[in-house]
Order: sequence, then C-alpha cells, then structure tokens
Amino acid sequence: MQIYLPIAEVSVNALLLLGSGGLVGILSGMFGVGGGFLLTPLLFFIGIPPAVAVATQANQIVASSVSGVMAHLRRRTVDFRMGWVLMAGGVVGAAIGVMIFNFLKSLGQVELFVSLCYVVFLGIIGLLMFFESLRAIRSSRSGVTRPPTRRHRGWIHALPFKMKFRTSGLYISVIPPLLVGAAVGILSAVMGVGGGFIMVPAMIYLLGMPTKVVVGTSLLQIIAVTAFTTMLHAITNYTVDMALAVLLLIGGVVGAQVGTRIGVYLKAEQLRILLAIMVLAVCGKLALDLLIEPAELYSLGTEASK
Amino acid sequence: MRWGALIMLLLSLALPARAEQVVAGLSQARVQITANFAGSEILIFGAVKREAPVPEGAPLHVIVTVAGPSKPVTVRRKERRFGIWVNTEAADIAAAPTFYSIASTGPLADILLPEEDSIHSISVPRSIRRPGVFRQVGDAPAFVDALIRIREGEGQYKLREGVIDLTEDTLFRTAVRLPANLTEGDYEVRFFLTRGGEVIDDYHTAIPVRKVGLERWIYNLAHDLPLVYGLLSLAVAIGAGWGASAAFRFFQA
Repeated sequence: MQIYLPIAEVSVNALLLLGSGGLVGILSGMFGVGGGFLLTPLLFFIGIPPAVAVATQANQIVASSVSGVMAHLRRRTVDFRMGWVLMAGGVVGAAIGVMIFNFLKSLGQVELFVSLCYVVFLGIIGLLMFFESLRAIRSSRSGVTRPPTRRHRGWIHALPFKMKFRTSGLYISVIPPLLVGAAVGILSAVMGVGGGFIMVPAMIYLLGMPTKVVVGTSLLQIIAVTAFTTMLHAITNYTVDMALAVLLLIGGVVGAQVGTRIGVYLKAEQLRILLAIMVLAVCGKLALDLLIEPAELYSLGTEASK
Repeated sequence: MRWGALIMLLLSLALPARAEQVVAGLSQARVQITANFAGSEILIFGAVKREAPVPEGAPLHVIVTVAGPSKPVTVRRKERRFGIWVNTEAADIAAAPTFYSIASTGPLADILLPEEDSIHSISVPRSIRRPGVFRQVGDAPAFVDALIRIREGEGQYKLREGVIDLTEDTLFRTAVRLPANLTEGDYEVRFFLTRGGEVIDDYHTAIPVRKVGLERWIYNLAHDLPLVYGLLSLAVAIGAGWGASAAFRFFQA
C-alpha cells in the first residue's frame, strides 16, 4: 500500500512505515530509549529525505514516549522530582546544542560530526553497559551475592544544594542531575535524537538511580526534549511530516505497550545487556560506513555548501 | 506607431515561413497528487502540419522533453582523510530539473547538432544550469556527471532514444511515466522537429502537477501556520500515545 507523504514529497509503503514504527516502539517500551538512534537511519534507508526524517522522528518519539510513560506511571516507576530537574538542565542544554549545530553547519561538516558523535558515544556506552551487565549476570548465576556497592563517589556527596528524591531513594545534590540533563540536551540537539541511550546509563552509573525507576523517568525527559525539537523544526524548517508521523506513531505506540510488557518479564541486567548489544551493533555499522570506501563518492544536498 | 511597425517588420524578418510545424497534445491537463498517488503516465501525441509535400533531404526527427521544476542542488564529494571518508569538496549547481525525460526518434548525437542543443537546452547536461561552478571546484564536470548519474539511478532523469515512432513523417506518439516521488510545480513539455540536426520547429506546453485534498491541506498548514502545525503535530502525538496506553489497559482489564 503506497502512500504519498505531503512534506517529504516521496511515495512509500505504508506498511513498511507502520512496521518500522512498531519495531522502534517495542525497543522504546523495553529500554526507555526513544529509539531515534535506530529510527533515523531506518528512515534514511527507506528513502525519506534526511531533514524530514530527523524532524519527524522527534514527533514520533513524543508519541511512543507518552505511551511508554503512561504504563510506567501506573506502576509508579517515574521519579517526577528527578524528571523536572533533568528537564530543566535538558532545555538549557538543547539551546546550547542548537547553537553548536548551527556553528558546525556553517563549517559544512555537520554530517561527519554527527556520525563521529554516534560512533564515540554509542561505542563507549555500549561497551561499558555490556561488560557491567555481563559481570552482573555472572555473579547472579554463581550465586555469590556481592554486597551492594555504593556507586557515587565522595565528590557527588560533597556537593551543595542537596535534594531528596524519594522514588529513587536518593539524597544527592541537584548539580549532577542538572549537568546530566544539560549534557543530554546538548547531545540530543546536535545528534537529532531523544538521548535516552545516553540518559539511561548516566542515571544508573553516575546518579546511582535504581534501574526500575530509570526507564520511566528518562521517558519523561525524552518527551520534553523531543517536543521542543519538533516545534523548533516545524517553525524554522517546515520539515515535520504529519502523515509520516501518524504512520510511525500508530506503529510506535502499539509497539511501546508491547515493549513495556516484555520488559516486565526480563531481569534488569538482561535488559541492559540487550540494549548494550543493540547500541554496539548500530555503532559498528556507522563506524564501517566511515571506514569503508563508499560505492558512490558523491552525494546530493539541497542546502548551500557555504 | 512607427516603432510598432518597425517591430512588426523585424519580427517578420526573423521568422521565416515555416514549412513544417508541430502540433501536439497531452492525454491529461493536470496531474493531481493524492494520498495514494503512485506515479502517473502521460500520453503525448502529435502531428507534423505542412502546407507543401514532404521535403526531400535529411529525414525528419522528433524530440520530446518533459522537465520538472528546477531547484538548486549541492553536490558533495567524499575523500579519505585520517582513515575515514569525509565530504571535502562541494559544488553548488544553480538549477537542475527535479525531473527530466527525453524521448526521441533516434540517438540525440545523430539527430541534434551541438549548437542547436546549446540554443534550446535539450540534452540532459544542457538542462542543468551551473554558472560559477568552475570557480568552486577544480573538476566541475565530474560533479555535474555525478549529479546526472545519481538522478538517473533514482529514475528522475531518463534518456530514451528511439522510442518515438514517426508514422509517414507525420504522426507520432509516446508515453512518459512520472514517478511517485514528484516535486510540485509546472512540468514543461517541449516538442522539437529536426532535419539534419537542425531544429526546424518547436512547441512548448506545460502540465501542472499539484497536491490536492488532504495533502494540499497539510502542506499549506505547515508553511502558512507553522506554530499551529507544530502544536497540532504534538497534540496528535500525545493523543495517540495516551490513547494507545488507555486502549491496552482497557483490553487487558
């Protein structure tokens, strides 16, 4: 079933879009990642122009994240207080990120920078998570219960402006979450993604939040950042394709519901190792694209090169 | 009055009596892009009108071109730097047609002189306007070739030589398939009659390609009221997310 997209100005198979949205939705519900780092390359592959793909996937991620967060709200696994702090940092970060993005655009190397960002961040986070969860699985199999290690180092506790995050069971300074939020905001504006794949590990390893709270809370932050991005793209570039978004989000919201239910049956470390493998796979693909000589050395763009 | 008469005189001098004229038509007056638009085929037909018997000499040939609206394009080239492939050089092409199809009765090299091609901009490379591109990059032709190669690969540029049948040196017809991913605008259809490589007559017409219905409404809203459009997109997203969540809970209960 072919459908002509009014803003993208291409004709694509509607079922393919529903399927892509569904696949990314399942991942979103399971891991609490927006899925932008998967959906954006997927849309390029289908033949959607990059500018429209980046803008529209932001809108679709709002939908799947709302759907995902509802399920977490009912299970009371959303730390609202932490969410607001992260969001405050995120909006500031996103504004800085847009400035960085425009500066790189003026240099004409934004694509390369985005690819390198993906490879570096996905690589580091993927490897860290992979080995950490592997260790967790091994120790739980061998039956040796290690004493729970206090993750946060001394300096995090020494910081001022402490706040009680009851849902997460934390009493820490607001400065680290603000910085995490801002860093994710910058990256998500530059890389055109929600930032969940950076946020989730940062919350677990840097802030020491319990895994079950992390997913719902990161979805809250993703909603704020992607909603902001959608508006920015709609107003400045007119590149949000509502027809494309609706098809993706129908698949996405259903997928997110399925994903949260799958997530319940998996152990936290199993979830993390699956996410790590997926992150590493995308990282490897992008790294190969940079290293292997492309079949077509030339590419077409609509924006001016200067 | 005197000026008018002079212009009339000059015009009549500039226009020699044409022995053969092309008369042509299209199977449809417009192309409408709807939500389930999957491309369109336009039938193009025509005839050669003449007052005198068919002239002796070089055979008569017909060239038909269909061109979509022209847009600026940036062509970038990748090179290996520090082990990875990065965009290094870029060439700004002032205007290249988003769609270009040529149909003819024979190979363009045989039926069209290069001088005539440069006057009428008929062949694919001639349809691309690129002033100043030689100042940007050393080997500009390679960038233009790349543009043509990529667009040909995507089915946007088509050169179909020898597909038109000219019956009795008078009647001809051909079909042009417009792909599904069309850019909106007026598609210019041109007809050329050539003898011995020289253009002896030409005729232009245009076929408007427009989005209609829901496609039109979404496109206009996005461009005229971007704030409303953005908020509406968000509302749809939030509504769908909430709705799916509620629906799942309802079915499970």
